[in-house]
Amino acid sequence: MTMVADRPEGLEEASVATPEFEKAAERAASRRGFLLSLPAYAYLVLFFAVPLGIVMMYSFATRNRFGGTDLSGWNLNAYRKLGEPIVRDILFRSLWLAILTTLICLVVAYPFAYFIATRTPLIRNLMLVFVMIPFWTNFLVRNYAWRVLLGNDGLFTNISEALGLGERELLFTTSAVVIGLVYGFLPFMVLPLYASIERIDLSLVEASRDLYASGFQTFRRVLLPLSMPGVIAGSILVFVPSLGAYVTPEILGGAKTTLLGSYIVTQFLTARNWPVGASLSFVLMAVMLVATLVYFRTGGRNL
Amino acid sequence: MSSTVQPRGTTKIALTAHSWLVYLFFFAPIFVLIVFSFSDDNNVGRWGGFTLEWYQDFVEHNQLQNAVWVSVRVALLSTVISVVLGTLAALALERFKFRGRKVFDALLYLPIIIPDVTMAVMMLLFFSEFFDLLDAWFGLDLQKGLGSITISHIAFNISFVSVVVRARLAGMSEVLEEAALDLYATRWKTFRYVTFPQIVPGVAGGALLALTLSLDDVVITQFAAGPGATTLPVFVFGLIRRGVTPLINATSVLMLAASVILVALSLAFQQFSGRGGRPSLRAAREAVSAPPKTNTQIKEGINQ
Repeated sequence: MTMVADRPEGLEEASVATPEFEKAAERAASRRGFLLSLPAYAYLVLFFAVPLGIVMMYSFATRNRFGGTDLSGWNLNAYRKLGEPIVRDILFRSLWLAILTTLICLVVAYPFAYFIATRTPLIRNLMLVFVMIPFWTNFLVRNYAWRVLLGNDGLFTNISEALGLGERELLFTTSAVVIGLVYGFLPFMVLPLYASIERIDLSLVEASRDLYASGFQTFRRVLLPLSMPGVIAGSILVFVPSLGAYVTPEILGGAKTTLLGSYIVTQFLTARNWPVGASLSFVLMAVMLVATLVYFRTGGRNL
Repeated sequence: MSSTVQPRGTTKIALTAHSWLVYLFFFAPIFVLIVFSFSDDNNVGRWGGFTLEWYQDFVEHNQLQNAVWVSVRVALLSTVISVVLGTLAALALERFKFRGRKVFDALLYLPIIIPDVTMAVMMLLFFSEFFDLLDAWFGLDLQKGLGSITISHIAFNISFVSVVVRARLAGMSEVLEEAALDLYATRWKTFRYVTFPQIVPGVAGGALLALTLSLDDVVITQFAAGPGATTLPVFVFGLIRRGVTPLINATSVLMLAASVILVALSLAFQQFSGRGGRPSLRAAREAVSAPPKTNTQIKEGINQ
């Protein structure tokens, strides 16, 4: 890369770039790069790769009678347990809620992102700042705010009573969890959508309208295909954390809405079945890896 | 921009109304939370007059105060360490080809994409095995606490810092660094007077992101924390599970204020560094206030 920059020791006086010179320069650059990366590299191997390996080991282990884990004699029992009805139900429920959250976010965020993208730069920036604020504020607090709103003596219930709609209890239901997830991850949808719509040459929209396409046709045939990278990137950015959500269902959901994240945590803290918890967290990670590959393939990285 | 592109008529009205509703959705819960944290009523949904009682409770609550200090210490320590490691990693990946680069690149991305719950499980099992090992080999009886929380926060913060710094480095021409080296600046001087001043906004942005992530994390911390120490979010999470109280409202509002201050700072940094054109060069020139001889030459190179 930086050929000129990598002048190895002892070759300072060389004025012609001979093959030997180039090779030595490459070696020196390689050494420098390696040394620079070494601290972070070593740290991540010790405190990330090794823990990941330990989780993998545990996922093949067996739970003994005392709630401990036998690491000898690897088997696939923990993974077989994922086919059992209880676990399967939880997997499907988590998947369904994650998809629902993604779709709601998409429908809400698209017109919003389009509106931002068609404003003047000043207003556009202002609008984006007000999307960034909830994006950056404490996730726990944002979920808690909904708990206060939806609680049995909360504002939402009081308003619905005052309007004569009766005492509507939303807290600890699936709806509450979806509201919380949409609230938590909506900015993840808005920002990539905005980035990809903003990039579109909007004279194409104009051309489409000039050629007598209806508003919907223009959206369907021009705007949507051109903003597809943003749609895919946003969907993945919402889907992935929704699937592994733990805090939101714990705060807003009830016993009937156990999701994957909570189930995994239960396996470690109360049920003490570490192999099952480890295998489930591995499955969760596999889903994320696939989603991430799709994200990079479709160019989400460039947004 | 041509006026035909702008949504008009009913479409415009619908889009405008929709946007206001989205903002209402974003900010109404936060607003309600803030208002009711000043309400003098044990019932969190009813207004009982203005009071600062709950904030006083927060200040006088020993466990909350301890948790605040644990949070602050963990956040500062993990930010400093991950900023150094993450910046070095970013430099290595953006400026050098070396053996193992691809593996390192992948390893660096993993902590960002891995689900919180999976990483939490990793930390739990790792520290359980690690402490057993230390006990068996050296007879050390260690417990999870401040140290294990900090270690786990650094593990995810390195990646976020390096992504932010890399973005900055990628948008920066190598020409200036090459010019400095051609003008016989040492590698250290080149870094100190040319590269670093240009990546300062990236490093600062990365640091603020690391601080925010560290102060916000619940899931991973919960599994890395021990009986010795818990952070504020983990402690509050425990309180929330037992029910909603005005004290939690007040604590939440203070946590919110901390986040907003951090956002404001990071926006200010972007403003400072991102105003069109090539402002990084201006920043670089301002940063090199008393340059040695070789760097004066670099400065002239920049000015051209």
